[in-house]
Amino acid sequence: MKPAFSVLFFTVTSGIGYGLLMWLVGMQLVSGSVASATEVDVNNFLIMGFVGLTLATLGLLSSTLHLANPKNAWRAFSRFRTSWLSREGVFSLLYYPIILTYAFLVYLNGGELNSLSQIIGALSVLVALSVVICTGMIYASLKPIRQWHNPLVTPLYLLFSFTSGALLYVSMYAGLENEVPRSITILFLVLLVVSFISKMLYFRSIGKPDGATIGSATGFSQAHVRLLDAGHNADTFLTKEFVFDAGAMKLLRLRYLMIILAFVAPLSLVIAAMAWDIAPAIFLAMLSLYSGLFLERWLFFAEARHVVRLYHGDQRA
Amino acid sequence: MKLGLVIDLDTCVGCHACATACKQWNTSGTIGPLSDQSPYGQDPNGSWLNRIRTFEVNQANTSTALVDNSKSASCGSHTFDLHALATQGESALAGVGSNGSPASKTVHMPMSCMQCEEADCVTVCPTGASYKREEDGIVLVDQDKCMGCNLCSWACPYGARELDEEQGVMKKCTLCVDRIYDQNLPESERKPACVLSCPTSSRVFGDFDDPTSEVSKLTVERAGQALMPELGYKPTNRYLPPREKGEVAAMVKTNEPALSKLKKWANRMIAR
Ligand code: SF4
Ligand code: SF4
Repeated sequence: MKPAFSVLFFTVTSGIGYGLLMWLVGMQLVSGSVASATEVDVNNFLIMGFVGLTLATLGLLSSTLHLANPKNAWRAFSRFRTSWLSREGVFSLLYYPIILTYAFLVYLNGGELNSLSQIIGALSVLVALSVVICTGMIYASLKPIRQWHNPLVTPLYLLFSFTSGALLYVSMYAGLENEVPRSITILFLVLLVVSFISKMLYFRSIGKPDGATIGSATGFSQAHVRLLDAGHNADTFLTKEFVFDAGAMKLLRLRYLMIILAFVAPLSLVIAAMAWDIAPAIFLAMLSLYSGLFLERWLFFAEARHVVRLYHGDQRA
Repeated sequence: MKLGLVIDLDTCVGCHACATACKQWNTSGTIGPLSDQSPYGQDPNGSWLNRIRTFEVNQANTSTALVDNSKSASCGSHTFDLHALATQGESALAGVGSNGSPASKTVHMPMSCMQCEEADCVTVCPTGASYKREEDGIVLVDQDKCMGCNLCSWACPYGARELDEEQGVMKKCTLCVDRIYDQNLPESERKPACVLSCPTSSRVFGDFDDPTSEVSKLTVERAGQALMPELGYKPTNRYLPPREKGEVAAMVKTNEPALSKLKKWANRMIAR
């Protein structure tokens, strides 16, 4: 599949945004007040919340950029019962009044949580979780693309949202309070390792030959079939949308680069930051993780092979 | 009703008449226009609802039937198998090498929307623009509701949906819904444009729910195939595999001397 910048930016950026907000609210819910959980004061909490919401919003806005007919975008909320894309739209819109009410309540009570704000906070975490799950399911539900129709796809979207959200949390905390918060940093490291293992399992699972072949695509399952002519001498919508070849070697190299940027570098930098209390290393780790995730998303598209390619020269999906 | 097409891969000659007729009818039909981008330029592009691909189907490396289907196999030992034919005699077919390379057939495969029973293209559509009609199973796109997100085209395994770049909305085969029910047309013309235009009558339109319809009968008799059934979309359209053609009279190579050959030829000429 051809990687579209707007979609890469959207999934990575709003993933981080929702991740940050989930941590922010979730930690407060666990400990009962803003101050004791995060040791940031209400103002800093609001700053971090604002950043998270801005990132989520920027992502959502960019996702509308790839619509060919955006004037009908409002209709996308109408098929909640069947379409994951519709669900994603509904949840992401629903999120705003919930999180804003929560922030307002927290602000009113000077950082203390009461039962109402606890309920609303929990609700906000659930809705944010739903948005990210929907994003994953949009891809995971597409049967013609076996690299996406994979049980690891949605968990990976969630894991990356948690992981990158946690690191953004840590780096903002480090920026605002000038120290590295221990517990969530350790949590981040654990999450990073889990994400890494899951991503490797994903690579392994899509590496196995599986799914449709040119034989099943043409009905000649017992013969050797080969495309002679695709019927057109210029590009078509189908070749432009679905046929994207980066080359096996390049893909492999980019996989290594992705592993370094998204996993190895952040891991070492954050450990270094913890060990010697050097906050700037955290920011570097954040930058590296963000670009690594961008590359991860690019690969997610570039390595996905839609079965319609079987009608354009591929032998197997 | 379950309306759809049967396409005969045995007789299709890949002339693209169906695709052209489709474009002509539908560009001024309910979902029209079907825009083109630089139609006379270097890189002509446009929305088509029907595309024809040509494949080489080679039996050389397998001794089984061309189509894996008990139905066609039960027609006897006369299943399409050029390889067996090629290896029967010393030179059963002119030009067959020991590697059996010409034991192949060129198959033209026109593809349009399969009007799937499990149409994921409809499920994924967030706007409700894509829908499947209860009454006849035709899958349509409401041009006024589509937001051009492309998700339905991603969900379609058969490449049956194409975004119209000019209007930003999704286009797909309507099975000529604006023809097949038109009372103003004579009965014989209430068929999709592709079916009417096919010079070899390789395309048949009808109701698969009716066991007496031509499409149902052809599917049973000729072992009509669904494409990529493993994805579970339950496509309605069926493809009839090429038939066994029987042995082609072979050129027999002799070691006759040139002179007697010349005599024979002269005799034949004179006899005329
Ligand atoms: S062929 Fe494609 S567009 Fe047509 S019904 Fe099936 S999935 Fe939908
Ligand atoms: S492109 Fe149009 S018809 Fe297709 S899923 Fe999007 S809104 Fe629905």
